[in-house]
Formats: sequence, structure tokens, C-alpha cells
Amino acid sequence: MPNPVITVERLTKRFDDITAVDEVSFSIAQGSTAALLGGNGAGKTTTLAMLLGLLIPSQGRVSIFGEDMLRHRYRVLPRMNFSSPYVDLPHRLTVRENLTVYARLYGLPHIKPRLARLAHELDLEGIFNRTYGQLSSGQRTRVALAKALLNQPELLLLDEPTASLDPDSADYVRSYLETYQADSGATILLASHNMSEVERLCDDVMMLRAGKIVDRGTPRSLLDRYGRQNMEEVFIDIARERYLELGGEPRKAAK
Amino acid sequence: MVLRNVYLLRRSWPRILELMYWPTVQMILWGFITLFFVNHSSWVAQATGILISAVLLWDVLFRGQLGVSVIFLEEMWSRNLGQLFVSPLRPIELIGALFTMSLIRTIIGVGGASLIAIGLFHYSIYDLGLPLIAFFANLIVMGWSIGLVVSGTVLRYGLGAESLAWISVFAVQPISGVYYPIDVLPPWLQHVAFVLPSSHVFEGMRAVLIDHTFRTDLLFNALVLNVFYLGGGIIAFLRFFRAARIGGQLVHVGE
Repeated sequence: MPNPVITVERLTKRFDDITAVDEVSFSIAQGSTAALLGGNGAGKTTTLAMLLGLLIPSQGRVSIFGEDMLRHRYRVLPRMNFSSPYVDLPHRLTVRENLTVYARLYGLPHIKPRLARLAHELDLEGIFNRTYGQLSSGQRTRVALAKALLNQPELLLLDEPTASLDPDSADYVRSYLETYQADSGATILLASHNMSEVERLCDDVMMLRAGKIVDRGTPRSLLDRYGRQNMEEVFIDIARERYLELGGEPRKAAK
Repeated sequence: MVLRNVYLLRRSWPRILELMYWPTVQMILWGFITLFFVNHSSWVAQATGILISAVLLWDVLFRGQLGVSVIFLEEMWSRNLGQLFVSPLRPIELIGALFTMSLIRTIIGVGGASLIAIGLFHYSIYDLGLPLIAFFANLIVMGWSIGLVVSGTVLRYGLGAESLAWISVFAVQPISGVYYPIDVLPPWLQHVAFVLPSSHVFEGMRAVLIDHTFRTDLLFNALVLNVFYLGGGIIAFLRFFRAARIGGQLVHVGE
């Protein structure tokens, strides 16, 4: 793969006797939208945390923009960002204050116009001066996305980006991500349970089960391989280990 | 409900420690105070100035430590650590921010109390003159060092250890000679006391108030000890931070 943005080699994370991620290897091409798909405990969030450097792997290597994340993560972090329902923002600060703090952490030169644009695009204007703790979970998801887009990241890691959103808001966010990706050429890696989201946004899907990548392909190729109509059925097949009937062994994802 | 709390207690050594902590510390502290006043009743005549200075300077140490620990805890309570550490913010920069906030909070808290003391007791701690700056600086640096160790411990072992933020500094109070000279302590405990920067500061405070002498030897001792305390505190925090990146505590903050 020429100029992969993310290269992961034999990435493993063990917590005592539990192996959460088991010798996972993959690369993600620049400008693609890829997904880590899997059930609860499959290793999606753990993999994302290792990509971000929040978690030190037990073994293996993560390289982003050609930099080793264990040694040079501070060269890479200004070029990427992240959103997850498993982290939060200070509840007693307003939306504006929270975003201003993070804009300063990312060293943005022109904070006010950037915040105004994000507030407009993500429909935050009405809640901009409310404290984060007063917001509904859907509003919080939009604020978290705004925080993730503050520095116009070249690489965006999203853990369940439309969790807690109603169908209309979720559709709006997906459209926004599509537009952002098309305009900026950014690479997006998302972890999700939402099959229609993955089908719509992603051109590269990695299926995780018990910490291993057991299958990988475009949504179309996976649907064809499993003879299914939608990704939800593919997901269930993989959860029930039907990939073993197709391939015999869990496959290593192709680089 | 009892069983739920037994489960919690059994799994968290800091909670067990907390149960025994206050009675033990209070008993030791007031025991020494009683012992001293029995043998030195003439001190009572000067006690107002000495005790008010002692209380205010002790609060510099306490607020300095609490300022670091509580600000750090705020990030854990709001589940913001994961967001912070995927931004370009380095741990050492976070430490700098904690120190700054601690300094501001201490100046507001102790400064306010010192003004009240002028109004209520007609006693101004500012009469200590320039030595007050030396006392303040040494006590707040020692407080920061303890605060960093506490913050690192809570990060590594979870919010079950958060009560350490409020109680840890009181472990050094009985042997810091806050309200009585160090020579009241048993000889073996005096050796322990002199490895605390705080004991040199409070001895120095009494030298200024009683003998009207500024003891540069005590200031030098406190400064040298604080170099080690601050270095140790920073190293301990960075090690706990790395351990948290290995154990996954930055991703899953909790009990």
C-alpha cells in the first residue's frame, strides 16, 4: 500500500491473562474511511486507544504518518483527533469554553472564526453558552465531534460517532463526515456497532472478533462473500463464526 | 447494600486506610501539643501570633497539595483525561498547569484568611517580612510534590484512592512541628522530622517570631530537601502516568 497513514504490525494487548487484542496487523490508505467492526469486547476501543497512544501495547508496533507512536506521538497528535462516548468534557464549562480550551491545546491561530464555523456546521449555536453538563446525550455527541474537528485533522479516529443520536441527527453527522472527508482528504477510522453507518461511510471494513481481525474487505465484497443483503447479517455471521466455514481459519487482514 | 460496600472496601486498600487515618493522626497531633504546653506554659502568652502564623503557613502546604490533587481529580471526575492526553498536551505541561492553578488557589485561600486574621485578631502574618516569601515558597513546593504523588496514585489505582487527596498531607503534620518545636518529639522522630522541608520552615518561623532571627541554615535545608521532593514528585507522577498507559486507566477511569 503506497503511503499508508496508519500501519499496525502484530499489535497485541494483554491485561493479565486476558488478551484484548491479539497480533493484529493492518494498514490504512490515505484518504480512505475504514471501520473496525465487532461485538462488545472484540477489541475495537482497545485498538483505537493503542493507535492514539493512550494505551501502551504489550507487543507490536503502531506507525502513523510514518512516525512510531510509542516514540514520537507528540509529532503526530497535532495532526489527528478523536471522539468517543467513553470520554467526556468538563461538565461545568460551557460548550464555548470547552472548545476554546481544546483549540488552545491544539494551538489554533484563529480560534473565534473556527469555533463560529463549527458551531454553524454542527448546529451548536443555540447551545454554545450552555454548560456541557446541561446538554442531552445527542448534543454532547455533536460537541465531542466539534472538538474532534477543531484542528482540521488529517486523521480522525471515531469511536461510535453517532451513538446516542436520533436518526435525523445521526444522518446529519454522517453527511458532515462525508463532506469533511471529501473536502479535506482526511483519513477516517471509526469503530462502530452501527452497520448502516459502516455500509454508508466506509470503503474498508475490518471485522474483529475476540481481539483478532477475522475478515476484511469493502462492504460490497463482504456482502458478496457471506451471501448477505446487509452488513448486519454479515456481522451476525461473524459473531457466530461463520467465517470459519468460509475460510477455515481466522484470516490475517491483508496489508 | 452492605454487601455492595463490602465488595468495594475489600477491593480498595485506600478506603481501608482512610478509616484508620483520622483518629490516629489527630491523637498523635494533640498528644504532642498537650505534652508541650504542660512543660512550657509561658508559651501560651505568645501563642496567638505563633499559632495563627502556624495555621496560615500550614494551610499554604495543605492548599498547595490540594490544589494539585483536586484539579487533577476534576479531570478524572469529568472523564476528560482521555481527551486531554490525545491532544498535544504533554504530561510535564499538565504538571505546570496544576502548579499554576494550585498557586492561584493558595494565594486566594490563604490570602483571604490572612486578611481575616488582621481584622479578627489584629495579627498580620505579613509582619514576618521577607522570610514569609521563603516560607511560602518552600511549603507550596512541598505541597505540590505530595500532590503529584497523590494524583499519580489516584490515576494508577482509580478513584477509590481519591480520599488520599484530602488526608495524605496530614501524615506529615505531627512531625512537621507546626504548633510545637521539633525538640518536643522523641529523638528518633526528630531525625524523621528533619527530612521534611516543612519542619525546617516551621522552626524558621518560630525563630523569626520568638528570637527575631532569620535562620538561613534552616532555609537552606528546606530548599535542598525541596529539590529532592519536587524531583521525586515529578518522577513519581510520570511513572504512574506510564503505568496507567500500560494498565488502561486513561481509557477507563473509575473506581
